[in-house]
Amino acid sequence: MNRRNFLRNTGFVAAGSLFVPAFMKPLEAMALDELSLYKNLVVVQLSGGNDGLNTVVPFGNDIYYQKRNSIAIKPEEVIKLNDMQGLNPNMAALQEIYDQGWMTIINDVGYPNPDRSHFRSMDIWQTGSDSNQFLSTGWIGRYLDSNCQTCKFPYTAIEVDDSLSLAMKGQTKKGIALKDPAALFRNTNDPFFKAMLQNDKEHLDEDNLGYLYKTMIETSSSANYIQNTSKVYQSKFTYPNSGFANQLKTVSKFISSGLKTRVYYVSLSGFDTHVNQTGQQGNLLKQYSEGMAAFLKDLKSNNKLEDTLVITFSEFGRRVEQNASNGTDHGTANNMFVFGGRLKKQGIFNAAPNLSDLDTGDLKYQLDFRQVYGTILDKWLDVNNADILNKKFNTLDFI
Amino acid sequence: MNTKDNFLKIKHLYNRAGFGISYADLQKLSRKKLDKVVDNLLKDSQKEDPINLVNDFESKRHLLVQAGLYAKKDLTDDEKKMRQQIIREQNEVSRDLNIAFVTKMINTDAPLREKMTLFWHGHFACRSNNPFFAQQLNNIQRANALGSFKTLLVEVSKSPAMLQYLNNQQNKKGKPNENFARELMELFTLGRGNYTEQDIKESARSFTGWMYDKDGSFIFRKNQHDSGTKTFFGKIGNFEGENIIDIILEKPETAQFIAWKVYKFFVNDNPNEAHVKELATHFYNSKYDIASMMKKMFTSDWFYSPENVGTKIKSPAEFLVGLSREFYVTYNKPQVLIQLQSSLGQYLFNPPNVAGWPGGQSWIDSSSLMLRMRIPSLVLNDGEIDFSGKADPEDEAVIALSRTATSNANANTKPKSYVNANANWPKFLSTLPKGLTPLELTEYLLQPKLNSKITTMVSDNKGLRSTAVEITSMPEYQLC
Repeated sequence: MNRRNFLRNTGFVAAGSLFVPAFMKPLEAMALDELSLYKNLVVVQLSGGNDGLNTVVPFGNDIYYQKRNSIAIKPEEVIKLNDMQGLNPNMAALQEIYDQGWMTIINDVGYPNPDRSHFRSMDIWQTGSDSNQFLSTGWIGRYLDSNCQTCKFPYTAIEVDDSLSLAMKGQTKKGIALKDPAALFRNTNDPFFKAMLQNDKEHLDEDNLGYLYKTMIETSSSANYIQNTSKVYQSKFTYPNSGFANQLKTVSKFISSGLKTRVYYVSLSGFDTHVNQTGQQGNLLKQYSEGMAAFLKDLKSNNKLEDTLVITFSEFGRRVEQNASNGTDHGTANNMFVFGGRLKKQGIFNAAPNLSDLDTGDLKYQLDFRQVYGTILDKWLDVNNADILNKKFNTLDFI
Repeated sequence: MNTKDNFLKIKHLYNRAGFGISYADLQKLSRKKLDKVVDNLLKDSQKEDPINLVNDFESKRHLLVQAGLYAKKDLTDDEKKMRQQIIREQNEVSRDLNIAFVTKMINTDAPLREKMTLFWHGHFACRSNNPFFAQQLNNIQRANALGSFKTLLVEVSKSPAMLQYLNNQQNKKGKPNENFARELMELFTLGRGNYTEQDIKESARSFTGWMYDKDGSFIFRKNQHDSGTKTFFGKIGNFEGENIIDIILEKPETAQFIAWKVYKFFVNDNPNEAHVKELATHFYNSKYDIASMMKKMFTSDWFYSPENVGTKIKSPAEFLVGLSREFYVTYNKPQVLIQLQSSLGQYLFNPPNVAGWPGGQSWIDSSSLMLRMRIPSLVLNDGEIDFSGKADPEDEAVIALSRTATSNANANTKPKSYVNANANWPKFLSTLPKGLTPLELTEYLLQPKLNSKITTMVSDNKGLRSTAVEITSMPEYQLC
């Protein structure tokens, strides 16, 4: 037997039949047909602190133009949604989505005592903590821990990336990160890897070693399941050529091929626009919007849009007043987007940001981000949000 | 004295107190008594050995220029360029500093000091954009790694890196900022539940005026200090920062909390309460002498009991440093060490928050485990890297700057990259005794007890080199 391939490089090794230890079999056997209606959640993270005010532009408010004399989006360029707010012109691809009633914009989402450090604020958003609290598990991770009906599958939460975000890590259960299902399948079907899994029963009682083996078995089992379920599916849709759109294309492939996964996580980074913001942010918003539009239409054509909810967040918004470098600095509350085929309240969900009532130059939050999470946990993922968020948050009626 | 038994104990000691031990050294030390070996380990670590990478003068110049630029409202184009240049240089030096720390751990003759520095690096977790501040804090942790916990705590509390990170610069008379005061008790000393909100408020008032000046030196600003009477843990006085630290150290809960963290780091993720208590009492009675506590731990029988050997999951730093030390690896492009740290979830100098890295099983998920199992072959066989990991959120500004319209379209086509490292195989093999079998090599490289599967896998007469690559790629190698 040649075990060297795994060790030498990532080269392809012809797949043999995977040795499945006896205790894993029940899990694989029960996977199919257990749940008919599958609701998916897709979380899109914009890293770096997206400038919400130049994304959903308050063109009806003069203060916006006074505070941003060189980077404000001109009224005639804004894609108007009502008399007050409209989209950045680079988001034209989303206009059709918005008009179809597949998009909700929630203004001024934040949390008390906001932190302006990227890392800390991202930590707070991913763990769902208070700003003076440190949690080592993520909100989706704790959902996995909650032993919900579907959480017994290791592939319940998939992040399309090389590494797993804190949001996806629970105490006892974690999501799985993969960029390319075929590559993971090759690695877990490599003879060396498979040899390691043989006769592993003797490890199962041991604490940490048992945990390592359990992780390997679950990875292997998930890789097989994901690859075998999704490999035949071919999207008829053309996606734009960007890394972000590719991530979404992978998610769509998973959803459309009927993977029993409930949560998907993708991210797009580069939003920390302190200097010469307009071009950079415009570019990213274009990538975001074109990717999202293709994704949502793809889901629609596969009759999956009704069963899918997409949310977009960033760790904070930016200050209302621009800086001297034609950019913006770290701020607080920000807008969130919700997409799906079954939105209860479509369009703009709540009042536009009040630019004349600021907290030392920053927007005051109207809604706690955990109310948005709580709504999704209660109404979409069917768990009690207090069990996941450590206290009860009032739900909203966007779904 | 049973030499074989001693061999295994010393191997365990060096895996936990350091980053492993060469076969030759292990053989030599096995002939000595264990308590002598522990004494030597402590003696080897007496030298201070600071990192002197960041130039004091240059970084002070940067600070002054930056302070001047921040004070101005409108910057000229030249000034903007200067500011960007400084940020770029600082980022570059910060990466060099990270590599300097890792390189020190790989090459050190004082493994316990480096391991303790790594422990305090996670305990007093801090981020600073300013590499001089970060180096200064690391050197405080390194100089006092095995010294007095009180000195360490006072110096950390006065370091610009921590004053900045926990907002004590903003903690002023009449406008207290409680961030430092809270974390001092919650994370650095007493632990949650051993103080009240009122204690935090009074402590914050006592630390008003603890700041650093534009040169980057600690300064006590009297005019910012609230000199009124404070009530802290029932004591009433005109307290300043040092008084607060003294009162905190009088409480045995502090010794208990530190001993508990030390135990989790060096012995077992699931602490044995009786052992922790023993350690804490010793630490408290020795007036917080760190070396004394470490000696107590390394000479306790329970440190070597089976449930504590080969059962801890290596942190990414322990894993990378251990592997590199073991095989005398040189990195031709050391930046790859940063990529590996970040992909494995422990980017040194960049902890997730002030609570540090949670450790234990949280290091392992499917992707990090797959990567760990591939790294030995990547490093030892110069394999091709096909993962990129995520950007650190603090690097977003740099990413934003470097993005252009054209580079976005190509975001998916990256050039191939290789680890570009060299293991010194002749040196590694020369430390092994003549006639060592693959099975014996396996026994040496792995900390957990061997099972039949591994014995079968390594027994089909391969060379020592391929055995070593195979062994280090196993899940068992993730434990120490």
